[in-house]
Amino acid sequence: MKIKKSALESSFFQNFVVPLTAVLLSFLVGAIFILIVGKNPIEVYSVLFSQTLGNSYGIGQLLFKTTPLIFAGLSVAVCFKAGLFNIGAQGQLQIGAFLTAIVGMKTLGVPFYIEIPLLLFAGMAGGGIWGFIPGYLKAKLGAHEVINTIMLNFISTALISYLVTNVFNVPATVHTPPISPTGHLLRFDQIFPAFEGSPVNLSLLIAVVTVVLVWYYIDRTKYGYELKVVGLNPRAAEYGGISVSRQVVLSMVIGGAIAGLVGSNFVMGYKYYYEEGFSTDTGFMGIAVALLGNNNPFGIILSSLLFGMLEYGGLVINTMVPKELVSILQAIVIIFVISSNKIFRRIIVNLIKKKKLLMVQND
Amino acid sequence: MISQIFSIAFVAQTIRITVPYALASLGGVFSERGGVTNIALEGIILNGAFCATVGTYYTGDPLVGVISGIAGGLLTALIHGVVSINVKADQIISGIAINLFAVGITKFVLEVIFHSSSNSSRIAGLPHIPLPFLESSPEVARLFGNPLVLISIFIVFSSQVILFKTRFGLRLRAVGENPEAADTVGISVTKYRYYGVMISGFLAGLAGAWLAFDQHSFTDGMSAGRGFIALAAMIVGKWNPLGAASACLLFGFAESLQIQLQGAGIPTQFVQMIPYIATIVVLAGFIGRSVAPAADGIPYEKEK
Amino acid sequence: MKYAVELLNITKRFARTVANDNVTLRVESGVIHALVGENGAGKTTLMETLYGLYQPDEGKIRVNEREVRIRSPYDSIRLGIGMVHQHFMLVPPLSILENIVLGAEHVRNCILDLKRNKDEIYELSQRFSLKVPLDEKIENVGVGVQQRVEILKALYRKADILILDEPTAVLTPKETSELFDILRQLRSEGKTIILITHKLNEVMEVSDRITVMRKGKNVGELKTNDTSPSEIAQLMVGRPVLLQVDKTSKQPGKPALKISNLNFVDKRGLKILKNISLEVRHGEILGIAGVEGNGQSQLIECVAGLLTPSSGSIEINGVETIGLNARQVFENGLAHVPEDRIKRGLVIDLSIKENLILGLHTNPRFSSWLKLKRSVIDQNASNLIEKYDIRPAQPNLQVRGLSGGNQQKVIIARELSRDAELIIASQPTRGVDIGGIEFIHRTLIAARDNDKGVLLVSADLNEILSLSDRIAVMFEGEIVKLFPNNQVRESELGLYMTGSMRKNDNRTENEDQEVSA
Repeated sequence: MKIKKSALESSFFQNFVVPLTAVLLSFLVGAIFILIVGKNPIEVYSVLFSQTLGNSYGIGQLLFKTTPLIFAGLSVAVCFKAGLFNIGAQGQLQIGAFLTAIVGMKTLGVPFYIEIPLLLFAGMAGGGIWGFIPGYLKAKLGAHEVINTIMLNFISTALISYLVTNVFNVPATVHTPPISPTGHLLRFDQIFPAFEGSPVNLSLLIAVVTVVLVWYYIDRTKYGYELKVVGLNPRAAEYGGISVSRQVVLSMVIGGAIAGLVGSNFVMGYKYYYEEGFSTDTGFMGIAVALLGNNNPFGIILSSLLFGMLEYGGLVINTMVPKELVSILQAIVIIFVISSNKIFRRIIVNLIKKKKLLMVQND
Repeated sequence: MISQIFSIAFVAQTIRITVPYALASLGGVFSERGGVTNIALEGIILNGAFCATVGTYYTGDPLVGVISGIAGGLLTALIHGVVSINVKADQIISGIAINLFAVGITKFVLEVIFHSSSNSSRIAGLPHIPLPFLESSPEVARLFGNPLVLISIFIVFSSQVILFKTRFGLRLRAVGENPEAADTVGISVTKYRYYGVMISGFLAGLAGAWLAFDQHSFTDGMSAGRGFIALAAMIVGKWNPLGAASACLLFGFAESLQIQLQGAGIPTQFVQMIPYIATIVVLAGFIGRSVAPAADGIPYEKEK
Repeated sequence: MKYAVELLNITKRFARTVANDNVTLRVESGVIHALVGENGAGKTTLMETLYGLYQPDEGKIRVNEREVRIRSPYDSIRLGIGMVHQHFMLVPPLSILENIVLGAEHVRNCILDLKRNKDEIYELSQRFSLKVPLDEKIENVGVGVQQRVEILKALYRKADILILDEPTAVLTPKETSELFDILRQLRSEGKTIILITHKLNEVMEVSDRITVMRKGKNVGELKTNDTSPSEIAQLMVGRPVLLQVDKTSKQPGKPALKISNLNFVDKRGLKILKNISLEVRHGEILGIAGVEGNGQSQLIECVAGLLTPSSGSIEINGVETIGLNARQVFENGLAHVPEDRIKRGLVIDLSIKENLILGLHTNPRFSSWLKLKRSVIDQNASNLIEKYDIRPAQPNLQVRGLSGGNQQKVIIARELSRDAELIIASQPTRGVDIGGIEFIHRTLIAARDNDKGVLLVSADLNEILSLSDRIAVMFEGEIVKLFPNNQVRESELGLYMTGSMRKNDNRTENEDQEVSA
């Protein structure tokens, strides 16, 4: 019986069984919605899968949508591990992307080997600052980061809207002037013609590199160790000489900085300017991605792929079923993931209790 | 401009803006006082608005609309309740998921019924109660002739009484501060937490219905962050019905001011930011400490 | 009616254990019945089942010789059963009155009618000498008052059968004696009292009957008049218990810890530590005796750098440590076994090997400027697991899966591996089984024999008396007495612990009793 109990807590279960079940269940619920609209779920789902995975253009679109989700998911996950709810990834990525665009437009002609790191840094700086604010307020004043990050999301939208409309605008548009061409990230379809037309770009690689860096930071460095301890038991961290407030601020800054890298996908790799409304819910999707990936950097790659596929797939099936079906699926996935833990645990506990009726208790 | 601020029309506008905030915020107070964090207010408002629109659209009767709106709110809150109270999963994430769900499902059904991804057809507003003694001031008559306004004011004051002077309120507060203590004297923690959550569903759904009637249609995303402002007001009001309502009035005032000042040189976006910045300032403790009920957000587990 | 309560063949299982294994317990009416056993023996679970907080998996319950089904406290309260829990079930921001009436409030037209309640409760409190300030908020009153509130709660609901779970854990000897007077008075009014405790001297003093539980089973029924503490202890543990520890005498050296004129004021402005001065020398164990809540925790946290004193000086091995943070204090030669192992000393979701470096992780031995040295950490874990016999011997296992005794061993292994000059051990054997207790005692004595300085804080007077070389008594933030050896009687310690005597007191124990009689 001890084996069964720790199997429940094992990584395999948490990392694979739970998310898989959650996804399958949500597809089932989605099927019900499709039926209500009078369409055939099998038909709809097969179109979704074939258009996203079945051709290289689709895959390109999928990957393009996956990239920002990886950043957002990592951002949320790093903060989760420190015991913080980063609902502010949305605001952080906007500020980061915006700053990327501004710095990019002001540094025309700078050689690419300086420009690209500079713009990446601008993205991280913007997001990092936006993460620093709630982090600092939490660490020094105990102000709960959930509300603060939500407020900052709204503030960032309003602030950027003002700046784009009044200061940095291109007349009659809602976007900023173009960034320096030396800041453009290579598009995949320039190397692999098969991706023709799809905007997937080098930012994807940056995302994967970030995944590895995050994993290394958390698992192999002493700062990652401190982050984990703070997230699991702040009082023990304090006892062990770890500065809880430092870790709180640091993790929010890191989370914000990672979110800020979303700018590399859109601004540096696609439109080459900042456009209002380019991302309305990437930050919130990041929460779903982190949960589904069990806050594990590599799991996040998988869950980002899934959600990226759904994002693009939603557009594809829009003629048959409103694309909001995808949003519904995503919300249901979240609910199932957070519920499945408890439900599974209860099922197994009841099973164990029943089995014990037949066994002699030994210590 | 000053004269504008103290005009009746301005006051009426402020109250008009405040009503949905206050209703939702009071809902939040009841839910959290019972110990269930309710970030889902935004989604409940949205669903309430949508259900109210659909109800009125199909029957032409605003009363059906109001009931539909409340029903929509109750159903949405029920989901949050089951996930938070029975399944005992994380309440904050549940709230966020419900918000996402509401956005998705309202837009989905919007497309299906009204064949538009942005707004529904026009619906009738709430009927007016004629108030002869206010004939001189049409704006005021319009405002107080709206039954929901009067009901809302009543709800604000009765909430304060209910929470602090009745047996229900005492038990609800006990459940939110120390559920174990309540359990050991035979009070059902589950039952009272559900009461709190369902009340928030009722009130926030009603807030959504108000919005729908106010704008005579449903627009995609029309809750526009009001659920979060309501949460903010709840915190600023220290989880106190009168406090929350006062904070809502404050925020409503700022928003009304912003509308007046449009075109007067101050950019809209800056004024839009006021409630959000105000909340951060209050949370930071610059205006006194604001402490949630002790067991807020913590699922109650009995067996070891 | 002979029996007030009969628990017949009760079995209760939880996910990991069988808490009650076919337990039968019969409690006669009108007696004080003690239910004794070690931590984890199943006493609390049994009583909580009686009270309706749990449902038994098997078995029957009879109250006043009628079979009943108790599905929740609502049922048990109606049957006249009241329970005072070990951890008080009170709502801090509500008033005492509100707490007492919660769940049994009078109402008039839906509005609370507290005045009616108030009169009834006042009458009760007078009758049983349970005086409490009814309008004061719980968060503003002390533990002794809170316990009286809990008892009033039960009496207000017309309890005839009163269950008390470890009621004296947080009381001074004087408050304990007052409580026993109250219990005797309740008994004389015909009430039945079930007393859960592991303090054998109290069992002997106040109970009429005794049931001993061990590992979830009922292992003995005794009449208090016909038995002795050692007989009870033997039943509790299953083998003869050595209540004394072997210790050789030792000549202590220079101070490992020197505290001078230490003052600490907390956030509310209360003086928690008042001008404390003491020394712990190399090669000795200094025990601090005192009821919990007299400043011991804060004293320890000041030494550990977790709290900042308002004035005074703390020197570890001659180096001033006030102003240093916790990490720096560790580096200056401190090892700290904290009071609360789950909340402070361990991260139970991390593995044994990860817990073994908590607080040591910045040491160059275990990490470079960025990286953790994984092979060193693994080696460290296997060494310590073997040396301290930590079970199960799996370095990657989550500490959550260990028993209390083994969890404590992880902390002790870690702290002693620092090879620090000063060791602070706070409640080191709380919640640990007898075998674990012996091990920990031997370890502390070995450290002392090895010329370390050991500061022992414990609520267990036996532990203090058997381990310490010198004993200090803390009361209300002051050291009220320092005994130069451990040849002190418990009763004398008790007088100092309750402030009945002070260090400059020339009265003897007997004279003091005359004065207060």
